[in-house]
Amino acid sequence: MRLLMNRLFLIFSTLAAIIGLFFLGWILFTLCAKGLTGLNFDVFTKDLIDGGLRNVIVGQIMMSGVATVIGIPVGILAGIYLQEYGGNSKSTEFLRDLSDVMMSAPSIVVGTFVYAIVVVPTGHTSGWAGVLALFILMVPIIVRTTDDMLKLVPIELREAGIAIGASKYHVTMNIVIRYAKAGILTGILLAFARVVGETAPLIYTSGSSEFWSTDLTSTFPSLTVSIYNLATMPDDEMVQLGWTGAFLLTAMVLIINLLGRYASNKKRS
Amino acid sequence: MKNMMEVQDLTFTYSGASEPSLKSISLPVEKNKVTALIGPSGCGKSTLLRGMNRIHDLYPGHQYEGVINLLDSDEKGYTDILGIKKEADLIRLRQRVGMIFQKPTPFPMTIFENIAYGLRLSGIKKRPDVQEIVEQSLRDAALWDEAKDRLDHDARGLSGGQQQRLCIARAIALKPEVILFDEPTSALDPISTLAIEEMISVLRKKYSICIVTHNMQQAARISDYTGFMYLGEMIEYDQTDTIFMTPSKKQTEDYISGRFG
Repeated sequence: MRLLMNRLFLIFSTLAAIIGLFFLGWILFTLCAKGLTGLNFDVFTKDLIDGGLRNVIVGQIMMSGVATVIGIPVGILAGIYLQEYGGNSKSTEFLRDLSDVMMSAPSIVVGTFVYAIVVVPTGHTSGWAGVLALFILMVPIIVRTTDDMLKLVPIELREAGIAIGASKYHVTMNIVIRYAKAGILTGILLAFARVVGETAPLIYTSGSSEFWSTDLTSTFPSLTVSIYNLATMPDDEMVQLGWTGAFLLTAMVLIINLLGRYASNKKRS
Repeated sequence: MKNMMEVQDLTFTYSGASEPSLKSISLPVEKNKVTALIGPSGCGKSTLLRGMNRIHDLYPGHQYEGVINLLDSDEKGYTDILGIKKEADLIRLRQRVGMIFQKPTPFPMTIFENIAYGLRLSGIKKRPDVQEIVEQSLRDAALWDEAKDRLDHDARGLSGGQQQRLCIARAIALKPEVILFDEPTSALDPISTLAIEEMISVLRKKYSICIVTHNMQQAARISDYTGFMYLGEMIEYDQTDTIFMTPSKKQTEDYISGRFG
């Protein structure tokens, strides 16, 4: 009987894994098949208005990049506060729980929120509004990874720092952060990968533009929003461009994730 | 001989605890001698040691009562280190009273930087000075020959015993007056243990040493004075020979002969 249960369990879990992998493979296969056919030089050299994706790729990376640049110090400092200075007080626990909740907040909610506080008052969509939405999405991820990574730093290391006459500030900045560096870097890369593929927070905030732009104060080109728009176009060429965009986005996220893995593996060795 | 440190009537209570962990402890640490603290787990010997450079203060809420005197640098008087309030003075205290921990704690830096870091914090910043002290400290810690060709390597690549010697080098680079050892060899193999013990017997010529150990043979081998602690009290303190050969208290005798603990 026990042997039978064991067999059944093995069969079911294998089946479940196969089903999961099958769909994943299907998505990747379709994406590659449809995306690669439209991949050519023009995609990278022409803007959307001329049938390329140059402006939207640059726009997407720029918005995510600016959000990351602002998000890193805020997230890391908040993480340091939680782990190094917050102690075990109620407020620290509350902030930690809040970050957890924020991490799983639906991105469309964040998009709508930024729409209400930025886009409505200013009267138009803008790159900064998109940056703000992405920033709100990524900060909790950086906070929690920093918090978790600092928790892994042995307490003895902090004491040893204090014992040679370092102040708490020096111990945190020069010893603790350095010890947790690889883990924090992984967290930042994963947070970047998370926001770079977001559509919902950008639809109402940055919108998307068909033209080349690096001016964050006006409507800003976005790859994900453009994919969404292109996919619903009646024109076959447009739909094809959407597939190519989706393929490139997937490749981009995959590479960043692999980089993150690489960074955390290097830490272990 | 002069006392380098004098613990007098120290009572220490951890934050949130109802009972004190140290009860009216007194202990002299003589200059250029090795003082060992022995006793079963939980007797308070590490707690006492960690009070002597106020590392407990890293966590708020602990309570000290009593006096811990440290001989002034001009050797003319004593200062009660429990009276220190300013962060800067605590930092100065920890540079004068160094500490080695149970687990080797190399900083995530190169071997060179591990030692240079503390030097720079203490105000020694000129490159030639730093280099000279790093080399001298590594020599004093018997690590120079093994480490001289890899000073720019990550210190975490050293073996456990080497890491512990690096930590000692790091402490002596700051020219402390007292070095506190908190079970420095309990995480090491017998050969590394021997190396550390030999080093301690050399270091006593320059420094005053207080060592907590679980290993009674170690206390007997390397120390001049031994204090036996039990349940937060100093049961007996005397010359090491006396403690091990003719202890005056029955509890001490029972512990040393292995009847409890």
